[in-house]
Amino acid sequence: MTGSRAMRRRLANWLFVGLCGLATAIALGLLVAILWTLVSRGISGLGLVLFTLDQPAPGSHGGLRNAIVGSLIMCGMGMAAALVIGILAGTWLAEYAPGTRAATVVRFLNDVLLSAPSILIGLFVYELLVAPFGGFSGYAGAVALAFVATPIVVRTTEDILLLQPAALREAGMALGAGRALVIRRIVWRAARTGLLTGGLLGFARISGETAPLLFTSLGNQFFNADPSQPMASLPTTIFQFALSAYDEWQSLAWAGALLIAAAVLVVNIVGRILARESHSL
Amino acid sequence: MPMTAPELITEPDPAKVVLETRGLDFFYGETQALFGVDLAVERNRITALIGPSGCGKSTLLRAINRIYALYPGQRAEGTIRLDGEDILATTHLSALRARIGMVFQKPTPFPMSIYDNVAFGVRLADKKPKAEMDGIVEHALRRAALWDEVKDQLAKSGLGLSGGQQQRLCVARGLAVSPQVLLLDEPASALDPISTAKLEQTLFELKRDVTIVMVTHNLQQASRISDHTGFLYLGRMVEFGPTDALFSKPRSTQTRDYLTGRFG
Repeated sequence: MTGSRAMRRRLANWLFVGLCGLATAIALGLLVAILWTLVSRGISGLGLVLFTLDQPAPGSHGGLRNAIVGSLIMCGMGMAAALVIGILAGTWLAEYAPGTRAATVVRFLNDVLLSAPSILIGLFVYELLVAPFGGFSGYAGAVALAFVATPIVVRTTEDILLLQPAALREAGMALGAGRALVIRRIVWRAARTGLLTGGLLGFARISGETAPLLFTSLGNQFFNADPSQPMASLPTTIFQFALSAYDEWQSLAWAGALLIAAAVLVVNIVGRILARESHSL
Repeated sequence: MPMTAPELITEPDPAKVVLETRGLDFFYGETQALFGVDLAVERNRITALIGPSGCGKSTLLRAINRIYALYPGQRAEGTIRLDGEDILATTHLSALRARIGMVFQKPTPFPMSIYDNVAFGVRLADKKPKAEMDGIVEHALRRAALWDEVKDQLAKSGLGLSGGQQQRLCVARGLAVSPQVLLLDEPASALDPISTAKLEQTLFELKRDVTIVMVTHNLQQASRISDHTGFLYLGRMVEFGPTDALFSKPRSTQTRDYLTGRFG
């Protein structure tokens, strides 16, 4: 009796462990398949010309310089805005507003924004900045990307600040420090690894966003570093090239996709290293 | 026990009382946590607060530096006087808290260097020349009996120290601003016996120039190092007096039951 029950439990355990293992294998397998396709198709297009030449006309050689520069400028500006707004808003939610109705409303709206389809954000910014001011621009693209990244930063900032022990804040204030000073000098510092992670998540998300840029920065087949003009970006160029019939363009699209994936990976690794170093101080 | 000549501790002498509460009520929203608590803390003494969990010891401590004011809904009524000044009436909370240091149950080193931890409170008040600041930091660390262990690693993070060292760092940080009173909320409960002994020795030596109020769950600790002890139960000060008398001849049966382990 006891023997058979033990047997049944062991069987159930094996079954469960087996199912978990299978699910993990499927998830990892898909990830590996994606990365493998990306690397095998994209690696041939990687080279110095990718960074030095602009996108080519059909049938000729070229690179993605205009798209890379455009993406860097718009992601950079969008991320800068998202970090400032997101960290301050997250700080307000975690430090000043807990328990208030305003906090509940803001948190809910932030969650809505977090899951809003990004094409909606693109349309909204089109109505806000493109239509009234008569043209697509890098600024409009950066604003759209900021709208995508901000809720991520708000969310991670609030979560990570709430994890900091109350005694840490009290210890600061028990020394005579004001609330704002304690937040800036102690709480943010204690939470900096998490704040950095929020920034990285936001960056990873917007570096591959296509939809918000379609109606805002539009894209540009020429090199342009002036954000007041239409601007190329990696995702929109990939979108355009991948759908084209030209082998040259398709190969550049794969190289661009690999580039984005590699950039996100590098940013994450650098972030981890920075976080570890800041922790050891 | 420290090798000092036995000294007869009596009831607090009104002339030497630096901190006192009178009829102190405390509320967490609708819930009353303290009921008319009277406490008299004599200068350069260690006063211990004992009692079962939830009896109001920590609440009493948190009323004294008004740290509770951070949380809406918490309020104190009655009087708390520090050097005759009514603490509950003051609006200069930062100045008040600089006069009353606080050390918490779990060590709370700030995420910065050992040096900056100690200098933090001093820098709030004013900007001092480097040499003077160095002196203040060293003096505070020496008084907290931590200097010899950290003098070669002042630029390293305070988070890298052991639990006992972190707690003494917090004591040093509190001492650096030269408070009149140091409040400690179960400062040794997260420490091993050796670190605890070291912290107790530090506190015992500190009372030469600072007045200490300490909450503790450890009755031996209270009897070892405190001069006066207050026993709180269900938010009321059941008994208060010289530690030796309270431990050897408790006046109240509740105190006696608690000390002999019948409850709590």
